[in-house]
Amino acid sequence: MEPAVVYVPRDAAARSVGADEVADAVVREAAARGRDVRLVRNGSRGMFWLEPLVEVSTSNGRVAYGPVDAGSVGDLIDAGMLDAAPHRLCLGPTEEISFLRRQTRLTFARVGITDPLSVEDYEANGGLVGLRRALEMMPEEIVTAVTDSGLRGRGGAGFPTGIKWRTALNAPSDLKFIACNADEGDSGTFADRMLMEGDPFLLLEGMVIAGLAVGAVEGYVYIRSEYPDAATTMAAAIDIAYLNGWLGPSVLGSDRAFDLYLRVGAGAYICGEETAMLESLEGRRGVIRAKPPLPAIEGLFGKPTVVNNVLSLAAVTTILAKGAEAYHELGVERSRGTQVFQLAGNIKHGGIFETAFGLTLGELVEEVGGGTATGRPVRAVQVGGPLGAYVPTSRFDLPMDYEAFAAVGAMIGHGGIVVFDDTVDMSLQARFAMEFCAEESCGKCTPCRVGAVRGVEVIDRIIAGENREANLELLEDLCETMIDGSLCAMGGLTPMPVRSVLEYFPEDFERSRSVPL
Amino acid sequence: MVSKTTSSHVPWSEERALALVERHREERGPLMPILRELQEVFGHIDPRAVDVVAEALNLSKAEVYGVITFYKDFRSEPPGASLIQVCRAEACQSMGAERLARHAREHLGVEFGGTTPDGAITLEQVFCLGNCALSPAVMVDGRLKGRVDEARFDELVADARGQAT
Repeated sequence: MEPAVVYVPRDAAARSVGADEVADAVVREAAARGRDVRLVRNGSRGMFWLEPLVEVSTSNGRVAYGPVDAGSVGDLIDAGMLDAAPHRLCLGPTEEISFLRRQTRLTFARVGITDPLSVEDYEANGGLVGLRRALEMMPEEIVTAVTDSGLRGRGGAGFPTGIKWRTALNAPSDLKFIACNADEGDSGTFADRMLMEGDPFLLLEGMVIAGLAVGAVEGYVYIRSEYPDAATTMAAAIDIAYLNGWLGPSVLGSDRAFDLYLRVGAGAYICGEETAMLESLEGRRGVIRAKPPLPAIEGLFGKPTVVNNVLSLAAVTTILAKGAEAYHELGVERSRGTQVFQLAGNIKHGGIFETAFGLTLGELVEEVGGGTATGRPVRAVQVGGPLGAYVPTSRFDLPMDYEAFAAVGAMIGHGGIVVFDDTVDMSLQARFAMEFCAEESCGKCTPCRVGAVRGVEVIDRIIAGENREANLELLEDLCETMIDGSLCAMGGLTPMPVRSVLEYFPEDFERSRSVPL
Repeated sequence: MVSKTTSSHVPWSEERALALVERHREERGPLMPILRELQEVFGHIDPRAVDVVAEALNLSKAEVYGVITFYKDFRSEPPGASLIQVCRAEACQSMGAERLARHAREHLGVEFGGTTPDGAITLEQVFCLGNCALSPAVMVDGRLKGRVDEARFDELVADARGQAT
């Protein structure tokens, strides 16, 4: 009898609710029953309410069970899980789960399907196609393909990737760098982490392609220290890639070289800002640099550097493999391709939802996400991380599109969507935005360093009912100063969540009470 | 009571520190990898390491010290045997992280950044662990935990104490 193939994710989030214990139990309980099992530790499918999700291979694809706890594995095997038999935890064929079926997975196409560190799995599922194609192209052609795809930086700013690459390509230098920003510090975002843990070769391939495009032979991945599993997996992937000749002096047997190094941060949100990240890579305090010069002209160690987010570089691999046209066909207006939305916080069905731009915020939160986890009404949704706006349900008709969000003083950012139910006190969320900025400011410019501290103080006075009108005016004035006077997005965008609370949830500032600390 | 060193950490050795620095010296921008590894090996960055690193990399002590103090991960004092980090960012807030944060401080009797008097546990706050669909999240010695309520937190603390003895 062939061994049953069983998948249990190795993703840190799946492990955080017991995937390792489940994997051990599968092996142990199957052995106790004389059944042969081949255990694959895949990435997560990104349906976290179902984790740990166990899948069993059948001739008709995989069948899913979840959420499984280690204690029920014996029962599941007795009920016939290894032969895909029905059970109350059986979810049917994985691909038919509506949360997955509704998605268009390009960047996350392999995540959850393959063993993330298997080169055989990677190649058998479309890996290296993009890189092979890029090796046959002129640098200019690669840049043009990325430009034509309409890809915009997925880190949050949404700057056209092709323009950034062209700037680096045209910058004359004997030494250039590719720097991947994997300092995914925004609350509500975890797509970079999942990708690095679930399909690290995809990112690696994108970085080599970026190198070929702009003439760089050295790359750095900067991963935040809060992601130890991602760093471990990425390091292993880099080693394997060298062993297989995907990296090194002769990429895939060509005359092109590319070396890739992993660097781990040390606990500083600001290092997600590209110039602060470059400072950190150079071995300095993560203090931001004034721009210009742009990093594409004068970046790491003063050399032309392409700084891109994990998802941007991963998308490039797909664009090269499937063609710029195919990518551009997806999406709306100037937001092309897919975005990896992350449904987080107080949400019933939290996880990864990759789809073309254009569906509405309400569809994502209510239909896909199923509303709140607590079952209470949704009150606010913070989109785009700690520097993003709090959006009320009255704005749920907003399409997920860079410009549509910008038009109402909000942003899509890195695609994180954090849901709050009606028990939230929005004045405290506004206060936290300032508190977070005060905590994480690099200190270089005054509007951010001092403004955030004053912001907390003035919000405390408003909440306490002290000279409310005058202090609200002062807060608005402060927000304006931070927006206009800050050197980077940290101070420049902190007012966004604050102002959104003032605009959409002013009633929360109208109750007098002491501030709970 | 003197706080004990975690079994995985070794006592300060200039020789060992120098060897470590030497291994990274040829890298571009070697300071961060060196500081990270010093902390991994010794559990914290001993003030004596500042001299060693500054001299080896031809930096001023102020520059090295400035980098160490900028990043939250770097510590100049030995931590407790276990490090517990409680996420206080927005996604976790939406699921009761502030309640958990209060409970954690009360249960352990220390503020964030503090170590229990028996040296067993250092408690820290952290802003986002990337487990935002399974909030509230906690990290124990680099291992991510999800859906941590007060009872689960107490279990994690008990486990951490159990492993330390």
